[in-house]
Amino acid sequence: MNIVVMRLAYRALLGSRRSWVLIGLALLLFAVAGLIRWGSGGSLGASAGVIVNFGFGILVPIMCLLVGTGVIAPEIEDGSIVYVLAKPLPRRTIVFSKLAVAIPVALVFSVASIVVAAQIAGDKDGQLAAAMGVSAALASIAYTSVFFMIAILTRNSIIVGLIYALLWEGVLAGYVPGVRTLSIRQWALAPAEEMLKGNPVWNVSSDVGLIAGIVLLVITTTAAIWISVQRLKSLSVRVSD
Amino acid sequence: MSTIELAGVSRWFGNVVAVNDVTMTIGPGVTGLLGPNGAGKTTLLAMMSGFLPPSSGTVTLDGMAIWRNPKMYRSIGLVPEAEAMFDSMTAQQFVLANAQLHGLDDPVAATAAALEQVEMQDARDRRIGTFSKGMKQRIKMATALVHSPTVLLLDEPFNGMDPRQRMHLLALLQRLGAEGHTVLFSSHILEEVEDIAGTIEVLVAGRQAASGDFRSIRRLMTERPHQYTLSSSDNRALAAAIISDGSADAVSITATGLEVQASDFGRFVHALPRVAHDATIALYDVTPADDSLESVFSYLVAR
Repeated sequence: MNIVVMRLAYRALLGSRRSWVLIGLALLLFAVAGLIRWGSGGSLGASAGVIVNFGFGILVPIMCLLVGTGVIAPEIEDGSIVYVLAKPLPRRTIVFSKLAVAIPVALVFSVASIVVAAQIAGDKDGQLAAAMGVSAALASIAYTSVFFMIAILTRNSIIVGLIYALLWEGVLAGYVPGVRTLSIRQWALAPAEEMLKGNPVWNVSSDVGLIAGIVLLVITTTAAIWISVQRLKSLSVRVSD
Repeated sequence: MSTIELAGVSRWFGNVVAVNDVTMTIGPGVTGLLGPNGAGKTTLLAMMSGFLPPSSGTVTLDGMAIWRNPKMYRSIGLVPEAEAMFDSMTAQQFVLANAQLHGLDDPVAATAAALEQVEMQDARDRRIGTFSKGMKQRIKMATALVHSPTVLLLDEPFNGMDPRQRMHLLALLQRLGAEGHTVLFSSHILEEVEDIAGTIEVLVAGRQAASGDFRSIRRLMTERPHQYTLSSSDNRALAAAIISDGSADAVSITATGLEVQASDFGRFVHALPRVAHDATIALYDVTPADDSLESVFSYLVAR
C-alpha cells in the first residue's frame, strides 16, 4: 500500500464529476423507493422488489463501475498514469493502493444507498436493510475489482462494464438460466436469501447456494486483482499526445 | 554516470514496423534523437523508459533490463510528450507527490530544489490546470528531476515553448549534460538539436539513418543537392539565364514552370533574383521542393 497513490486516487475520484453522478444515483434510488412506498401503500414485497431489482440489480453495479474505473481509467486515457508508473514501486502496490480507495468508496455509496432506500421503501425490523446491505457490500467488492480490471484491459471500460452489468446480468440472465449462475449479482444475493428466508413476504432468492456464492465471489475478486497486477506490469502507456 | 544500450532493437505493432534493428549507446552528455514525425522516436523512447517491450533485441540501463523493472526508475527521469498531469493539484503538490512516490528521504527539500531548477518557485501554489504549455513543460521537468536521476529522457520537450522558455530549457539540459547526466531528447526540428546536442542519433522510418557527431551529420545535410520549383513570366528565358549564370547544376522545363537542382544552395538563392532582374523576367513562385525533413532524412538514408 502506498499512501501517496491512495491520495492521488481519492483526489481523482472525488474531485471529478463521477462523485456527483454517484450522489445523483443514490438520490434517484431514494426517490424511486419513496414512489414505490407511496404507490404500494408500504407493501414489503414491493419494497423488496425495488431494492433487489433496481437498487441492487442496476444502481449498485453502475456505482461500482463509476468508482472501479474512476480510479484508473482517466489516468490511462490521458497518459498521466505515467507519473505513477515511472516510479520505483511494485505494480501490485499501485493496484492494491487504488483498490484500497475504490472499494471503501464503492461500499459507502452502495451500502448506504441500499440501507437508506430500504427504510424509505418499507422494511420490517431492519431485516431487508441488513440482508441487502450485506449483499450490496459483497457485490461492491467483487464488482469494483472486476471493473477496475476491465479499465486496465480496455479503453472502453464503461461500455464493457455496462454491457456486463446491464445486458449480461440484467437481460440475458432473465432468459438464459445458465447465465444467472454466472453473475456477481446472483452470488452476492445468496447471503440475502439466507438471511430473509424465514419470512416469505420478502421473496428474495438466488440461483446459487450460500457457500457457492461466497466462494465464487472470493475467486472472482482474487482473479480480477491478480489479472490487474499482471496487466499493469506490462501496460503500454501512451507517452505522447 | 549511466549508459543506455540498445542492441538489435526492433518493435512492431501487428504488420507495422515502428523501430527496425536499432543498435545504439547513449552515454553521459546530451544526445539528440532526431527524426521526422512518425519515425519511431516515441516508440524508441517508450522502450528506453520501460513502457514498451522490444519485439526483439535488448534495452538495458547499465547492463540491466529496463522492461518490467520498476527499480530502474530510481535512475530514470522521464518527461513525456503528453501534457496531461493532475490538473487540479498545485505545482508544489504535484512535484511533492512525485518526490514522495520515489520514497525520497526529504521530499519537501527535493521539491523545492526541483522547482528552483526549472524556475517555477513563484508559481508553485498555482493549479497546474491554469498553466501555459511552457509552464506545464517545466513542471514535467521538475517531476523528472526531483529524484536527481542519472538519466533524463525527454520526448519532444520544446514543443509549444516560447523562445525564452526554450532558451531556459536548452541551458538546463546543457548544464545537466555537462554535470555528467545522460540526457536524451527527441525532436523533429534540426535547429533544436543543433544548439545543444553534441551527439545525435537520426531515425528515419524506424531505422537508424545516422549516428555520431552533430557537425559532420549537419554537413552531410547541407551539402546535399537542393531542388526548387519556379514559375515566371518567361520560363524558357529564365532557364537559359540560370544555366549561363552557372549557379545551378540542372534545369528542366515542366508543364507548370521550371525544376532547378543546385548543389550550392547559398549561391543559387542569392543569384536567382539578380539573374531574373537582369533578364527582365518576373518571378511568380519559388518553392524549395525538398526542404521537408523527410527529404533531408531520406537523403541521409540513401548515403
